[in-house]
Amino acid sequence: MSAVDQFWGAGAAEGGTALATIGLLVNPVAGLGGRVGLKGSDGPKTLLEARRRGAVAEAPGRAVEALRTLAGQGIGVVTYPWEMGEDEARSAGLSPTVIGRIAPGATSGDDTRRAARELRDLGVDLLLFAGGDGTARDVQAAVGLDQLVLGIPAGVKMHSGVFATSPGEAGRLALAVCRGRVRGVRDGEVMDIDEEAFRQGRVDARLYGYLRVPDEPSGLQAVKTGQARQDEILAGIAQDLAERVAADRERLWLIGPGSTTAAIMQRLGLRGTLLGVDAVLGGSILLADAGERDLLELLAGRPASIVLTVIGGQGYLLGRGNQQLSPAVLRRVGREGLVVVATQGKLATLGGRPLLVDTGDPDLDLSLQGYIRVTTGYRQETVYRIGASDRRVPR
Amino acid sequence: MRADEDPAAGEAEAGLVREEFRQAHWNEPIIFEISQAGQRGVLLPEPEARIREAVGPAAELVPEGLWRATPPALPELSQKHVLAHYLHLSQETLGANLANDISQGTCTMKYNPRVNELLAADPRFAELHPDQDEETVQGILEIYHRFGRILLEISGMAEVSLQPGGGSHAVFAAARMLRAYFARRGEGDTRDEVITTVFSHPCNAAAPATAGFKVITIYPGEDGLPDPLALKAAVSSRTAGIFMTNPEDIGLYNPRVREFIDVVHQAGGLAFYDQANANGFLGVARAREAGFDICHFNVHKTFGAPHGSFGPGNGALLCTEELAPFLPVPLVAQSGDGYRLDYDRPQSIGKIRDFFGTAGVVLRAYAWVMTMGAAGLREAADVSVLNNSYLMKRLEGVPGLDHAFAGNGLRRMEQVRYSWRRLKEETGVGTEDVHLRVADFGLPHYFLSHHPWLIAEPMTLEPCETYSIRDMDEYAAVLHRVAAEGYREPELVRSSPHRSAAHRRKDDAALSDPARWALTWRAHLRKGNVRR
Repeated sequence: MSAVDQFWGAGAAEGGTALATIGLLVNPVAGLGGRVGLKGSDGPKTLLEARRRGAVAEAPGRAVEALRTLAGQGIGVVTYPWEMGEDEARSAGLSPTVIGRIAPGATSGDDTRRAARELRDLGVDLLLFAGGDGTARDVQAAVGLDQLVLGIPAGVKMHSGVFATSPGEAGRLALAVCRGRVRGVRDGEVMDIDEEAFRQGRVDARLYGYLRVPDEPSGLQAVKTGQARQDEILAGIAQDLAERVAADRERLWLIGPGSTTAAIMQRLGLRGTLLGVDAVLGGSILLADAGERDLLELLAGRPASIVLTVIGGQGYLLGRGNQQLSPAVLRRVGREGLVVVATQGKLATLGGRPLLVDTGDPDLDLSLQGYIRVTTGYRQETVYRIGASDRRVPR
Repeated sequence: MRADEDPAAGEAEAGLVREEFRQAHWNEPIIFEISQAGQRGVLLPEPEARIREAVGPAAELVPEGLWRATPPALPELSQKHVLAHYLHLSQETLGANLANDISQGTCTMKYNPRVNELLAADPRFAELHPDQDEETVQGILEIYHRFGRILLEISGMAEVSLQPGGGSHAVFAAARMLRAYFARRGEGDTRDEVITTVFSHPCNAAAPATAGFKVITIYPGEDGLPDPLALKAAVSSRTAGIFMTNPEDIGLYNPRVREFIDVVHQAGGLAFYDQANANGFLGVARAREAGFDICHFNVHKTFGAPHGSFGPGNGALLCTEELAPFLPVPLVAQSGDGYRLDYDRPQSIGKIRDFFGTAGVVLRAYAWVMTMGAAGLREAADVSVLNNSYLMKRLEGVPGLDHAFAGNGLRRMEQVRYSWRRLKEETGVGTEDVHLRVADFGLPHYFLSHHPWLIAEPMTLEPCETYSIRDMDEYAAVLHRVAAEGYREPELVRSSPHRSAAHRRKDDAALSDPARWALTWRAHLRKGNVRR
């Protein structure tokens, strides 16, 4: 018997034993900064300023919207007190079990992380959180890939591939997971930008890691690819690239961040970094997690290729989470040295929008535009367009 | 105003939507479950004494090696129970081909005249055997030859094979021919890439990949048409060819097709035209005149024989003089007064299946084209496009419904890819729900889309030339109704079907579990999940 089964006992949920249990977590201040033009809600100063400007948080209402789908379905809900989930669950007609303690009106990321950990430890089937990228980061830091997670979109910034397309869709997807209808999982990127830099007009985005999310394409990204399972597709891409890397031992291969590129390293039998740029030469790692200066040194006098992947949903190839691939590095390698890998599914999430580059050097961005071959499987490529980034953060 | 409050929409539906439709729906056991040991359909009489004396015991007539070690696991039933079982099963179908099948976009579901079924069932044809001597099957060989000449006339090509067992099989044979062609030219190792477009039928990627090519897919530009610049980024000295459909899967005709072929030719590659669905251009445009080197037709579907999924299929593979030596063997050749099977083709890719194609489909299709005549084929194309435009117009204003690349101002040919994205966003009712709900009104489900789903919540409709205005009005009225229900009572649609024999799958994920499912018996055994 799992911890949650013991925790609930018979008859604890509406109508008897819970079919499944959802851990609910609401970041009560998520979305506060958006409507008042603050581009985010991270940090106490921003929150004060947002409240001064009359901001209202988005998360509670959106959480209630998502939770209504779950009411009366025999699904157990465990959550944190007051505005971190209890209030929202009750508003949606649910009778949650409440754990933990908070100081109402003064919660922070610490509370989010603690709640996420405690809910995970109870063995919930799905951790449903309402928030934005900042909340996703906190959840990621707390539970990593240990826990199936789904985001109710409620933040100002939502670059991460862990959110359902709408609150209603989050509710429907959560229900489908509880009823065992969604079994596939995928690793969604947790992305965030530096809010302070962004307020000053600079985009400084980073990939913080991955959360395990339910993979029901129609709910999470409104597309279906008809391909094999995610892990099989990735294996195909990894095999294709591994063969190319192994065949050209004189070439310096710079393997960019991401789970798609990490699969290539795994195929090569190399222990690379998930979030960094790793330099591979002659079948072994020359330098892991290299910075811009390292890369420029390594590039001197060698033919080189950069293996990149696409950020799902937004399409960024460069300038999001891989800034060490600086304009100088890119000019050295040249456009013909760029090797782009992505699943068809990831391309389909772009809904026909182009891939984006934002290197910080407008001339370079311009020269990178146009069609490029993207490896989408073993001996499969797709020709896809790189377009202009308008430097606005896409939603 | 919402659609369900629109009196005009209600009026248009009157008399068209089958409100009272109820389909027989129960869980008929599978035939093995109703088997009872010892039941028999036929009891054979004992042989008469005179026969027994002359022949001896029947068992001794069977050679030793032909005896089974164990009896076959066959169900045991009386005739009555067999007939009742299949009658019951038939009552749970909507009767494909006799139903309003305009919904099966990309499938070319036209009505197949019954008279051609009579021809195919005629013992003078049905009792032929493929092992018969050529001299004794001159009639069917003549039909092969004559039908082949007609297809050459329609396509502008120089030689034809009717060997392939279906459309994708023909595409695969074409890919094999490209390999043979480049191998002969000493470029077998270097020309290893095939280009296709994402809105071409998926077999244009899958068949060349199976034949050993690397496949490069190009995406459309903003107008929904394949972008020539993308093609230029894809061609190289490694290009063996382009495999493409036109009009594409979404009903858009690529007017730059000549430019596409020129780019591929200049790079040294060849151009293959997938004409599985030729309904939009029969008698209007010829493959060879657009510059294609090789192409195929689905002899079923376009040429009046039943769709491959509901009967046997047949693919016609056609090419230029230059590629003809590589066609599969045998070809049907005219010699003197008669016809023979020509195996003497040393550069051929060889046999691609047993015997000589699906003769029944060729016979039906030959009867169909001879009934239609050249002008009739052209009319079939014209009416298909006209019907499609009519249906598209009737669907304007259906709440929550749009079509792909709506703003491009281009005419759709014989089919349209629609999108229920708006309905899904506004009500949570998606295309799979609408798809199931239409069956509650006695209509077959519609085809959604090939993969990948670049158009969200897709629906593809193709009203071929054989459907009446009333058929299209009925389909449009039902879609109007279901969309209105989506806004008024979304749960009704999301929990459908309610009155049809179709089911809503409870567990989609289980269908894509690679540990459980296999495409071949051997793979099934390898996965070790055989239930004994």
